[in-house]
Amino acid sequence: MVGASAAGLSTAEALRRKGFPGRITVLGDELHPPYDRPPLSKQVLSGTWEPERAALRTEEHLSGLDLDLRLGEHATGLDPASRTVRTRSGRDVRADAVVIATGVRPRRLPEQDGLAGVHVLRTLDDALALRKDLLSGGRLVVVGEGVLGSEIAATARTLGLDVTLAGPLAAPMALQVGPLISGLLKELHEERGVRLRLGSGVAGLEHAAGRVTGVRLATGEVLPAEVVVVAIGAIPTTDWLAGSGLELDNGVVCDARCRAAEGVWAVGDVARWQHEGLGRRVRLENRTNVTEQAIAVAGAILGDPAAYTPIPYFWTDQFDAKLQMYGVLPAAAEVQVVEGDPAARRFVAVYREAGRVTGVLGWNMPKQARLRRAEITLGEPA
Amino acid sequence: MKVAVEQDKCVAAGNCVSAAMDVFDQRDEDGIVVLLTDNPPDELAEEVRTAAAVCPALAIHIKD
Repeated sequence: MVGASAAGLSTAEALRRKGFPGRITVLGDELHPPYDRPPLSKQVLSGTWEPERAALRTEEHLSGLDLDLRLGEHATGLDPASRTVRTRSGRDVRADAVVIATGVRPRRLPEQDGLAGVHVLRTLDDALALRKDLLSGGRLVVVGEGVLGSEIAATARTLGLDVTLAGPLAAPMALQVGPLISGLLKELHEERGVRLRLGSGVAGLEHAAGRVTGVRLATGEVLPAEVVVVAIGAIPTTDWLAGSGLELDNGVVCDARCRAAEGVWAVGDVARWQHEGLGRRVRLENRTNVTEQAIAVAGAILGDPAAYTPIPYFWTDQFDAKLQMYGVLPAAAEVQVVEGDPAARRFVAVYREAGRVTGVLGWNMPKQARLRRAEITLGEPA
Repeated sequence: MKVAVEQDKCVAAGNCVSAAMDVFDQRDEDGIVVLLTDNPPDELAEEVRTAAAVCPALAIHIKD
């Protein structure tokens, strides 16, 4: 396993659960024992959890898995033919099967490196550094109105900070949930005091004496800030695979069984596989996919011929809104509230294209949303 | 097999119910996990293990 986060660890665990008795080596580039990422922008950032609570597994459970877990070990290359993983320490690993689980890294603004007060949020250390800056107060600008940026804005506002959310789209998560629901998210954020500067791209950062002082929008407006979080998406961590011969195109390109080459597999945020249900290549950056795909890859390694065709699912918590999203929620879909009432901030909506349900969204109605998941049909109409 | 759930870790995904509906349910009002039995029969053990594995919040704990 190249990667010791949820994807690598869950694959190892699934292999053991399925009775694989052989040796499993897990390489992780961070020094922390494996931890979970969804709490980083929520409970860890807000301080409601001690960082230790984000640990993926207890030490006892980890040792029960009988893994050769090598933390602080960077993979630097892969030879798919001999299935040899090269590492920075020189302790190369040769295996019968290699699982690529190196995840993604945050996209950054060109000028942010080395500038104090500017953060990204991907790792535990990122979350703790951001929390420290948030606790010293001041004005926060979040660059990026996607899921992560919207969550960070909500968490920071709940901590009492002066928060501005900036991004090119019209409303928070417009790309992920379409105009109707993102309009409701916009209302929620405004009501809770998040200043929205949406609909204009970010041109750059203002700084003085090595410290950020603001965010410059494409309109020329400058949003003053003591702290800035850049949450403008992520890039699959595949640079170490350059020259390996694997097809790299917005992730590690895989077949329907998540196989990138003979004996080489990819799992989690880094994997772009052929989803036979959707009829196209898909790369998902969400937590549920990680565990489901890990189980599928462990099965495939052990000879299970089934294609991996999940119904995508993710959730987000912002203020008191808990949103659950199933399937595909295109901006052009027809959205209908089928249960509850948006005015009461408790409802289920279904997304339809050409008359078929492609997705379901629950707003503070998780159980009711899940029960409608069965209505979803993936793929093109027959 | 003994099963325990951490309701304050639960994110209401409901994956456990899809995996083992005789052992887990969700509260109607907020979707948080409800344990129907903390001592499921052996024939459900595999389903319960799958439920614990697919929980995105790591809120299900099993003791054999």
